[in-house]
Amino acid sequence: MEDISLFVLDLVQNSIAAEATKVIIEIIECKQNKRLSLTIQDDGKGMDEHLVSKVTDPFYTTRTTRKVGLGLPMAKASVQGCGGSFAISSRKGEGTKVTMIFKTNHFDCPPLGSMDQTLAALISTNINVDFVYKHSTQKGTLDFDTRVIKSELRGVRIDVFEVIEWIRSYIKDGINEIDGGIIS
Amino acid sequence: MKSLKELEEIRNRTLDSVGLRKDRSSGARVVVGMGTCGIASGARSILLSFMEEARVRNITDMTVVQTGCIGACRLEPMAEVFMPGSEKVTYVNLTTEKVRRIISEHVVNSKIVDEYTIGAAVGDAAEQGGN
Repeated sequence: MEDISLFVLDLVQNSIAAEATKVIIEIIECKQNKRLSLTIQDDGKGMDEHLVSKVTDPFYTTRTTRKVGLGLPMAKASVQGCGGSFAISSRKGEGTKVTMIFKTNHFDCPPLGSMDQTLAALISTNINVDFVYKHSTQKGTLDFDTRVIKSELRGVRIDVFEVIEWIRSYIKDGINEIDGGIIS
Repeated sequence: MKSLKELEEIRNRTLDSVGLRKDRSSGARVVVGMGTCGIASGARSILLSFMEEARVRNITDMTVVQTGCIGACRLEPMAEVFMPGSEKVTYVNLTTEKVRRIISEHVVNSKIVDEYTIGAAVGDAAEQGGN
């Protein structure tokens, strides 16, 4: 994966597969400490302890079509490869939370990438899932919630192409406004 | 900065338009592979460019959905196009330029872009002695 936003897109697929109805994605950038923390939290069906301990093993997968699953192992390897940390916690029946903390001044730290594109892709293809996106920097916070958009749309589907394009540029503008994703 | 007022305008425009996307089963259905393999190969921009092309061309009865790994990771990004009443067509090694052609030739004019299909890709590989 080239950037953090692609990891988000990939990891949220696990939430969708776990039948989540709400996914909270939170990014907190701290330029002083050179850290970017990413949290993905869902209310999907969750996992027991045994399963949680196996999911970052590339040779474990819930899929039946093949014997490898690379989403979580690749994310873990990437963040650990740049001196950061990776944690996953889950409770059966309650949901799962993945936390990744990147050291942004590390040579191998991937760039943030296009969170606007990741969210547009997720929202348009999972219209019955609610997405909350919070992104904070020292300059401010972007707070986005598809439930607000849906109530604004009053009956018009959120996956209408024009609506998706509006959402994408809204998020892009919001991130730019708080200087999100700009390392240094 | 985009405003909620603009969203309101989009909403009203959409409600006014005949299409309404209520009965989208009448149009093309595009399924983009969004497994880890697809995402790593660029499926996100493929998915978004299918929607963007449809938006620009005002195709309101098309649906774009995602699926997991389609099963031929080396040919990602891939997408399957279902036209009503026709067999599915699988396109491979997609780029945004290819998406543009698929929309204008296949979705709009019902003419399959043979050279981008999985059949053409696998056939080429066989001619070159496999891969």
